[in-house]
Amino acid sequence: MSSVLENLVNQPYRHGFVTDIESDTAPKGLNEDIIRFISAKKNEPEWLLEFRLQAFRHWLTMAEPKWPNVKYPKIDFQDIIYYSAPKPKKLASMDEVDPELLRTFEKLGVPMNERAKLAGVAVDVIFDSVSVATTYKQKLAEVGIIFCSISEAVREHPELVRKYLGTVVPPGDNYYAALNSAVFTDGSFCFIPRGVKCPMELSTYFRINTESSGQFERTLIVAEEGASVSYLEGCTAPKFDTNQLHAAVVELVALDNAEIKYSTVQNWYAGDENGLGGIYNFVTKRGLCKGVNSKISWTQVETGSAITWKYPSCVLLGDNSIGEFYSVALTNHHQQADTGTKMVHIGRNTRSRIISKGISAGQSNNSYRGLVKIVPRAENARNYSQCDSMLIGSKCGANTFPYIQVQNPGATVEHEATTSRIGEEQLFYFASRGIGAEEAVSMIINGFCRDVFQQLPMEFAVEATKLLGLKLEGSVG
Amino acid sequence: MIRPDAKVLLEVKGLCAKVGGVEILKGIDLTVRAGEVHAVMGPNGSGKSTFAKALAGHPSYEVTGGSVAFDGRDLFALAPEERARRGLFLGFQYPVEIPGVSNSAFLRLAYNTMQAARGKDELDPLEFDDFARGKMKLLDMDPGFLDRSVNDGFSGGEKKRNEILQMALLEPRLAILDETDSGLDIDALRVVAGGINHLHGPGDAVVLVTHYQRMLNYIVPDYVHVMGGGRIVRTGGKDLAFELESRGYDWVRAAA
Repeated sequence: MSSVLENLVNQPYRHGFVTDIESDTAPKGLNEDIIRFISAKKNEPEWLLEFRLQAFRHWLTMAEPKWPNVKYPKIDFQDIIYYSAPKPKKLASMDEVDPELLRTFEKLGVPMNERAKLAGVAVDVIFDSVSVATTYKQKLAEVGIIFCSISEAVREHPELVRKYLGTVVPPGDNYYAALNSAVFTDGSFCFIPRGVKCPMELSTYFRINTESSGQFERTLIVAEEGASVSYLEGCTAPKFDTNQLHAAVVELVALDNAEIKYSTVQNWYAGDENGLGGIYNFVTKRGLCKGVNSKISWTQVETGSAITWKYPSCVLLGDNSIGEFYSVALTNHHQQADTGTKMVHIGRNTRSRIISKGISAGQSNNSYRGLVKIVPRAENARNYSQCDSMLIGSKCGANTFPYIQVQNPGATVEHEATTSRIGEEQLFYFASRGIGAEEAVSMIINGFCRDVFQQLPMEFAVEATKLLGLKLEGSVG
Repeated sequence: MIRPDAKVLLEVKGLCAKVGGVEILKGIDLTVRAGEVHAVMGPNGSGKSTFAKALAGHPSYEVTGGSVAFDGRDLFALAPEERARRGLFLGFQYPVEIPGVSNSAFLRLAYNTMQAARGKDELDPLEFDDFARGKMKLLDMDPGFLDRSVNDGFSGGEKKRNEILQMALLEPRLAILDETDSGLDIDALRVVAGGINHLHGPGDAVVLVTHYQRMLNYIVPDYVHVMGGGRIVRTGGKDLAFELESRGYDWVRAAA
């Protein structure tokens, strides 16, 4: 153990910290007492505390990954507050909201009554989110679907959480997953029982208390035999957060003949035009196609965060299971993205499909990193990957790092990659038909992303289209 | 059709332009009136395409002198898209490919932009589809063109037809067609030329930029201008084109 780690481990009572169960906020720093404090605050069962502690002990032995193609100053993990009682930010009225945010809502066409909620204004009077959520909850309960915060699930359905938590992303999987496992404070839980087709798109948007889900979010979705669900995470409206580091974990489990579709639109604060501020988004997302004929499909539109480090993956364990990854990652100004997927073929006749579209503008850097792994027992596996990059301007960068490991000679693996640039000639062609540069870029980008947008639920697709236009505003010319 | 009393659409005086720091156009004078067809001919490198692109406003072409009035306005005070909205059309010699953007969406956006500029109604996708199919018949084009990406994987001839289709949809007041005949076989040339003749009326004008005389068998010009060394070195009637065909361009180089 290095001396730095030793120091960390050996100073549990720094700043004279005493576990005070009445306090709303833990002091800065991370040690086993802090973790006990978090667990106690949440009245967690012993096994979950043990889960956290094991993750923490493992984390201490790990090193921050250096392989992503991103640069950022060293994070001081002892300078972070890991627990703070949920306190939804409340502004008294819309007059207090940042005008820039309001302008963005306007452009995105966010309905009037939702703007207040998104901006963090006290909404009890003007927006009945609670009643909307309650209505949804009742409807879901009728068919036996559980959709709640993970804290609530730990209290109400501990046997389910215990059965699946950490089975897809083990606590020691990687540096940030271990950190998350040790300190996660909330997130979503979703359980679709055998044979149930979820009658609506499930969205965190309609879950109560989303404001408090926090910095280390934990999501677990389980679809039992023959069940199916489409889950939407995030929204197109910009999300501001004072926490710079975000390390979420998402686990999906699909049993026999089950299907999970997980869609994300991520638009977190990306920092200003000079690269100051912005969220570090270090996420571990993984789906396990555990049963035969199961299917997991990831669709993501990543437009925000200063740094995105994210590889939604599929482990294709069940025979005939299918994994899909559709991604649009847009970076502008000084944003950095290192994102892609992993498809691990284990079962027979497993199939995977990867469609990745990277768009770089400004001085940003956008990398696709993907792994397709076919293990020896994966007979007759097939993969198709397509990784396209588009550059806007001459100061940005795009990279593709595909890793292909085939250990079964019967596999079919295809990889295609293209790089294009929105150039002067294309823009002049549009101009000569009366079409201005911004509209031209929007049309080219939407054409470029069409294969991915088609996978999004209808309303999301429309919003995503507008969002890309908005994010690129002023980057051409 | 020459009508000396017709409205002047384009008035070019002493136009000079540079590309990459090299002066290509060295003082062009040209007057185009409504209803007229002009042919601008000349050997390779004489500045024909530069002239066409400078008028349309290509950002790589720097205008260094002279003036151009389009429909009575200072052309260079207008952004390229604004020139198009006022009825200036450039048919490209090498139309650029735009993968992923469907031809129908592109054509409809261009059409509706033009309609809006003219204060007319825009068409929704279904209405536009019917409208475009009508225009495509004129050019003997397969409706499948609409579903493909703009110029992506098109043959040379298909690209040129797509240019003239855009001319048909946008109904420009002044169409500058840069080497529209190159890359067309004789049947395609006849169809495309027929389309241009059909579209041309007394209120608008066409400037054909071409290397060869053969297109002028189908579209009869009122004036033929011969360019050499960045200037118009000779202007005549349609017979001048035949003269060039038999004499070649060597004398132009000598004259320039």
